[in-house]
Amino acid sequence: MEVPAEPGHVVSLDKVSVHLGKRLIQSSMSFSVEEGEFLAVLGPNGAGKTTLLRLLLGLIQPSAGSISVFGLPPRRGNRQIGYVPQFRDWDTGIAIRARDVVRLGLDGHRWGPGLPSKKRESAIDEVLKEVGALDLAEASLGELSGGEQQRVLIAQALLTHPRLLLLDEPLASLDLAREAEIVGLVARLRETRKTAVLLVTHDVNPMLSKIDGVLFLANGRCAKGPTTEVITSAALSELYGAPVEVVGALGKLFVVGAPI
Amino acid sequence: MLDLLHYQFMRNALITGSIVAVLSAAVGYFIVARSLTFAAHAIPNIGFAGAAGAVLVGIFPVYGFFAFALAAAVGIGIMGTRAHERDIVVAVLMTFALGLGFLFLSLYSGYAQRVYGILFGSILGISAQNVLITGVAAAIDLVLLLAIYRPLLFCTVDPQAAAARGLPVAMLSVLFLALAALAISLSAQMMGALLVFTLLVGPAATANRLTRRPGITILIAALLGLTYVWVGIGAAALSGRLPVSFMVSALAFVVYLPVRLWARPNRNKKTGPTLNLDITTTGRDAPTEAEECSIL
Repeated sequence: MEVPAEPGHVVSLDKVSVHLGKRLIQSSMSFSVEEGEFLAVLGPNGAGKTTLLRLLLGLIQPSAGSISVFGLPPRRGNRQIGYVPQFRDWDTGIAIRARDVVRLGLDGHRWGPGLPSKKRESAIDEVLKEVGALDLAEASLGELSGGEQQRVLIAQALLTHPRLLLLDEPLASLDLAREAEIVGLVARLRETRKTAVLLVTHDVNPMLSKIDGVLFLANGRCAKGPTTEVITSAALSELYGAPVEVVGALGKLFVVGAPI
Repeated sequence: MLDLLHYQFMRNALITGSIVAVLSAAVGYFIVARSLTFAAHAIPNIGFAGAAGAVLVGIFPVYGFFAFALAAAVGIGIMGTRAHERDIVVAVLMTFALGLGFLFLSLYSGYAQRVYGILFGSILGISAQNVLITGVAAAIDLVLLLAIYRPLLFCTVDPQAAAARGLPVAMLSVLFLALAALAISLSAQMMGALLVFTLLVGPAATANRLTRRPGITILIAALLGLTYVWVGIGAAALSGRLPVSFMVSALAFVVYLPVRLWARPNRNKKTGPTLNLDITTTGRDAPTEAEECSIL
């Protein structure tokens, strides 16, 4: 099961197939992610974007093939991975501050209520400052807007100093200005922390200038490479198995003829 | 008022009431945070059937209550992992149990006061031995709840991230409901199956609106609960006819109402992301999916 990973590989997949129930999501998926690589993970609904993240987190098992994460098989609780699940609206009225939510990333898995700690609080302040959310520390989760919640959750994911960040649709339901802010933040974190990033999105345009490449999942298959090689009419037509046209306009890319 | 403390039953009631008020505050915070209020309403109703069954076969009603409440909690925890599904499971279990409780009562031809006590609670029926059992059981419940405090909070706020961190999310959910079932069984002695819900949710819901900090919320809820219980028991004893559970439920309501109307730290989002969504889609300088063309 275990693959001896080449040095520098953060993630490597070898002929991985995955089923959800009886449905085949991806067959024979092979690619690797390098240290500090920033990838946009694209594809239509149900193509397996979230499933891929869950594979890497060890939450589900592949039906065939092998996966290595930092040279080892995926396992739950890997502190080298920072994970922000898909956005959910936290308007449940739960009494909890942004600071408390961030803290869970540090010791949320530990037993007992935990003692007060100055060191911990300053670590929380530091990471909130890093994501530009220090002023939100005392606000309750339900008071935060979508973009603010994303910042807080990214801060939570950073506390273990991960070498791989998995962000599941952090841009969903954000306006254009907020999208650009979050993309800018992730790009900056990648620079300063040398963290590899897999960012699941439906729109690659806000991050075209920031990413190293894309991982495109569709039709049970995947393609990984630089944006200019993967998001082309020829490459996507091959991936979808149907004619797909990529149109460039206003410095942006648009896919015509296929869902994404 | 202090004269009342000379009576053993009053002291027993105050001690038991204080214990369950504190325990209910801690459990109540998570009940409110995890949107389990319907389950928390159903568990004592199901427990009632167990207590009625126990009365029928002649064993101590609290044991029957706890057995049924625990079974219900585990059932709800295992079957109701998704919110809307959970409500259906809860409703089906509760209505069946209420039917069963009615059957047990119909078969029982004894003293009606015992059944009445199960439904609405009683401060008279708490013996010194009861106080001891309640204290020990409550201490165990509270220690276990403190032990799982951080993981439970993590699972409550963000179950997916908690699962990725390696926490047993489903197991913690069932364990919490089991701890809630024990807390409910203990306070049902005084509050009764129908009104035990008040002490569990009232103080926690009020405290939830007064602070943003989980620990402080539990503390405020405990203080409110203690106040309700002491005032309730005092008023009941002095008047001789006001039931404790009525007093507690009335106080919980009277305090919650103004707090709900004026203190609202958890509302008023700074910006409305849902509103922005419309602007985003219409403001996009590109065709949309409707035209068989999607934005990359």
